[in-house]
Amino acid sequence: MTTDLATSGPPPWAGPLLRSARLGGRLLSWTLLTVAAVATIVPFVWMLGVAFRTPADLYADPARLWPGNWTGDGFHAVLTQLPFARLAVNSVVFAGGTTVLLLLVDSLCAYALARLRFRGRNVLLWIVLLSLMVPFQVMLIPLFLTLFRLDWLNTFQGLIIPRSVSALGIFMLRQFFVKIPRELDEAARVDGAGPLRIYWQIILPLAKPALASLFVIQFMALWNDFLWPLVVSSSTDMRTLPSALTLFSSQSGVDHAALMAGAAISLAPLALAFLLAQRFFTEGIATTGIK
Amino acid sequence: MTRFAEPMTTAPPRRRPARARRRKARLNPAYLFVAPAFALAAVFILWPILRSGWMSLHDWRIGETSHTWRGLGNYTELWHDSRFWNALKVTCVYAVCVVVGQVAIGLALAQWLRRTTWFTMLLRSAFFFPTIASLAVTGIVWKFLLDPQVGLVDGWLGKLGLDGPAWLQDTRLALPSLIAVGIWKNFGFSMFVLLAGVQGVRRDLLEAAMLDGANAVQRFWHVTLPALRPALLFTTVIGTVNALQLFDLNYVMTNGGPVFHTESIVMYLYQRGFVDFRLGYASAVAWVLFLLILAVSVLQLRLLRYRDDD
Repeated sequence: MTTDLATSGPPPWAGPLLRSARLGGRLLSWTLLTVAAVATIVPFVWMLGVAFRTPADLYADPARLWPGNWTGDGFHAVLTQLPFARLAVNSVVFAGGTTVLLLLVDSLCAYALARLRFRGRNVLLWIVLLSLMVPFQVMLIPLFLTLFRLDWLNTFQGLIIPRSVSALGIFMLRQFFVKIPRELDEAARVDGAGPLRIYWQIILPLAKPALASLFVIQFMALWNDFLWPLVVSSSTDMRTLPSALTLFSSQSGVDHAALMAGAAISLAPLALAFLLAQRFFTEGIATTGIK
Repeated sequence: MTRFAEPMTTAPPRRRPARARRRKARLNPAYLFVAPAFALAAVFILWPILRSGWMSLHDWRIGETSHTWRGLGNYTELWHDSRFWNALKVTCVYAVCVVVGQVAIGLALAQWLRRTTWFTMLLRSAFFFPTIASLAVTGIVWKFLLDPQVGLVDGWLGKLGLDGPAWLQDTRLALPSLIAVGIWKNFGFSMFVLLAGVQGVRRDLLEAAMLDGANAVQRFWHVTLPALRPALLFTTVIGTVNALQLFDLNYVMTNGGPVFHTESIVMYLYQRGFVDFRLGYASAVAWVLFLLILAVSVLQLRLLRYRDDD
């Protein structure tokens, strides 16, 4: 910018004018950006506001973002009309249990694919890459039948075990493991360490950033998952928060405050984690595309 | 921890000298590392994929012991199924609009917020926040935000003296409303992917272009954009694959209505498979979705790579 001006040689009075125009332009663009950012967040603010409003207050002035008079009725209603504690436990067990298991299974496999030599390794890697291309919906119906046959519908094992391996996780960890210097393995092997010790004491500690990213995004994806819990669990007691709230929202005579209170509670853990560890979210999502 | 002393039959035994054979008795431990993942994948990924293809060739109804072979009957039925074509159209319109919207907004923001200060970081977080929230739960929130009676959108339009429409009940506005919510949900993701690309643009090239008299638009078009190609490709492909699997948002906000105007492919699959229990037919829908996603991804990879040569 400055070089442009220097070569074209503006009259002396233009300097301050241009500078203030540029300052004004910049101020305008920053204002616009700030407004856009606030607008992006408004739905969440509104959700929180409605959770604390009475129906009368809401219907009287829908243009209001914030409650006129505060009430905790919404939270009380959603906690009593839904088995909320149970749903929260289900969500934690499903998302947490699956993620931990997945991290273990995927990292073991990725370690072998990245660092060990064995026959059939390339074939296995190809299988991983090919199964990355298949959308989950293709497996959904046969999976449903398998769970039906195993009598695993409406159970935790039915929710967790089919999701505890991920081709994307294996692939992502393998790419990370490959970059760890081989000299570390060799040195450990000379010291008499077997592959399991190398995996546990050298590779995993060095791969902490990748594991943390994978943990965060997988937990998030499963916590937010809707179709899978909808298909696997039909009883209210085995639902997760998003699927239970959705069914609650389609019942007649919706209590807006209760629904928004439920939505707020189900968003809270991820929002909190995001505030505390934003880097893992953005890096993980930007590198894998899991959402 | 386990010692890997158990002999296993995965690798075929071969004649080896005595020392090597003694070692052979201890199977290559690599197989034990991959075993859990591949056992799980075999049962819960690979087998279901094959079985889904097999099922799509049958008239497969739940609860029946035998299933009549239909050959490609399910697929020819799909070809003549106007509700399926409608779902395909809805899904494609949604995907194209959302991806173009999210990438365009994401690119503009990435360019604007490329410098890292506390203020840009704050703005980036705000833009990114919808990405982490559950699509189903944000769908519930948006359903009521767009409600003509209690919604904030029509409330504010009312303040401006405008009579806000019933966004989700109007056949012309329902899909555009879903598209808007889809863009809102995803542009932060594209912004972050592209941000890394924008920050990777070489300063010296930009400065050289500036000295050659290129204006801001030319610099963006000829220096920044080519450098962004990998990031653009990634966010476009991922965004498209996600958008083609549209389900949560329309299930929650419109349930496919009004009169099928927002019924997507996955929703139709869910309807046929888990409401009507026509599992064979639903599997055929799933395979068409798979082939569509595959074709679109390959096409996008091709297009964006080919342009590298010019």
